[in-house]
Amino acid sequence: MSPHDPVRFVAKNMRMDLALIASMIAPGSRVLDIGCGDGTLIDHLFQTKGCDARGIEIDMGEVTQAVAYGLPVMHGDADDDLTHYPDAAFDYVVLSRTLQAVERPRAVLHQMLRIGSRAVVSFPNFGHWLVRWQLFSTGRMPMTPTWNRPWHETPNIHPCTIRDFFALCDEEGYVVESWLAADDAGQRTPWRRFPRLANLFGEQGLFVLRRAG
Amino acid sequence: MQTRRLRAMRRDTIQEEAMDQTAPLTDLAHSHVVFNDGLLLECGIRLDTHTVAYRTYGTLNAARTNAVLVCHALTGDQYVAETHPITGKGGWWDAVVGPGRPIDTERFFVICANVLGGCMGSTGPRSPKPGGSGEPWGTDFPPITIRDMVQAQKQLMDFLGIGRLFAVVGGSMGGMQVLQWAATYPDMVFAAMPIATAAYHSAQNIAFHEVGRQAIFADPDWRNGRYWETGDIPARGLAVARMCAHITYLSEQALTRKFGRRLQNAPKDSSEAINLFGEMFEVESYLRHQGSTFVQRFDANSYLTITRAMDYFDLAADCDGNLADAFRGTKTRFLLASFTSDWLFPTSESRTIARALNRAGANVSFVEFPSDKGHDAFLLDEPDFHRALAGFLRGCALHAGLRDA
Repeated sequence: MSPHDPVRFVAKNMRMDLALIASMIAPGSRVLDIGCGDGTLIDHLFQTKGCDARGIEIDMGEVTQAVAYGLPVMHGDADDDLTHYPDAAFDYVVLSRTLQAVERPRAVLHQMLRIGSRAVVSFPNFGHWLVRWQLFSTGRMPMTPTWNRPWHETPNIHPCTIRDFFALCDEEGYVVESWLAADDAGQRTPWRRFPRLANLFGEQGLFVLRRAG
Repeated sequence: MQTRRLRAMRRDTIQEEAMDQTAPLTDLAHSHVVFNDGLLLECGIRLDTHTVAYRTYGTLNAARTNAVLVCHALTGDQYVAETHPITGKGGWWDAVVGPGRPIDTERFFVICANVLGGCMGSTGPRSPKPGGSGEPWGTDFPPITIRDMVQAQKQLMDFLGIGRLFAVVGGSMGGMQVLQWAATYPDMVFAAMPIATAAYHSAQNIAFHEVGRQAIFADPDWRNGRYWETGDIPARGLAVARMCAHITYLSEQALTRKFGRRLQNAPKDSSEAINLFGEMFEVESYLRHQGSTFVQRFDANSYLTITRAMDYFDLAADCDGNLADAFRGTKTRFLLASFTSDWLFPTSESRTIARALNRAGANVSFVEFPSDKGHDAFLLDEPDFHRALAGFLRGCALHAGLRDA
């Protein structure tokens, strides 16, 4: 390795929810990471699990960074680019903390499960007790470590709760293969058997979905 | 005093570069290989014998796995990373190809060939026409396509004993060749880097080419393409073609930044009509300089042949209009790159290719780089672009199991 080679990310400083996602992906699988940022997850999946992992990212600076690391990342976004992939091209399609920011979350989920056998989705939970409490007590939009941008500036145009997401999966006929609620650092929280408790105490939800049948 | 001397010097320079100079293109010896096994062109005509002039840099490893083919653009040539024998200037891609550069000649064996139809040693309209008349082909030279250029390069690879290219890279028309390589010989191309290019030549681009060609036709010295008979060259027509094309390589921002509306004195003793005004805009002077230097190194009939080859290019047309079919099942790893201010090969055209590759299930990276330098940005100092090229190649080397690369 020459001194010019970039230092590659390793799991220990990966954002914790990415580590959780990585733990749900089988070795050697084909993965598309939507909103992959600088490619931390796809690099990790390639290095440690031999996955054929690719990424889409909307921020050009991040794309440049990822490609300069040697990662297969293309500029694009979830709303417009997924339609260009063939059916069942991937084993997993990952959407980490991005669902709440896309224009058409329902259509994006549909595309994810068309091009991939499984969809791995994480999103910040708007049902968390602190969010509820702030809205209830102050009557103003909540400002928490997770929801930390004022309403007029936030890219998170489609906030939802863990129960909302269960309801959408139900409506669309998606099977929730596994799910968990985690705190903001990505630590698992102990309420995963109880959606209502998870919806109150989980700062983010993480779901693995597949099509029914 | 000093200012006056500088002005006088500038006037001399402009005079030297006046467009009516008519020295014919120097005949130089270029390193080359002659193929006598024939080349069947897409138009159906067979070239019984043809020459491919090429340059190489770096060393081919023992396993022959580190070859990188660079494809040049319309007015480029094989002198990619060394002093040009005619202009005396550095290689056209010195910033990208060389020791320690993104395409590192200490790691890779880099090959660049003058395209078929060119005028720097490969067979083209200046080459002798078969039949023993001793005359050049001129406008009788068969119409060439991008695929024909790639066929000639493939013969060169066979000659060099390279069964698989680690990478094929090129910008603009070079990018068209990269796409054609990846479509025609997918198993020979491990990584492909089509830069600032398109899968077909747009109507607007064909229109600009046509203006250039008409400028050449309108030059009385062109003599229906038989200008060798007088020893003159259609310098004015070719220079105007170059000036017109050069505008398309830049951007409004770049022209404003470099020249704005600044004026300078016009050369008094030139026959240019512009001197009626006594002064000229700097941008005019710049374009005239571009035109006049170009005619010293490029052949007018070659310009006609190659612009036509670009115009014909439409990769999807071979697949009933579905570009994805050109790449179906490909294992090649792609990097598409475009530049924000490039209006000749805008980002939308690279995105079209990227999406077609997605439909074909290919491994694609795609980056648009911010730059105000227009289409020319791919040739210039663009650090982000160069970092991405280097990183992409490093990633590919990892996947190819290429040691020392």
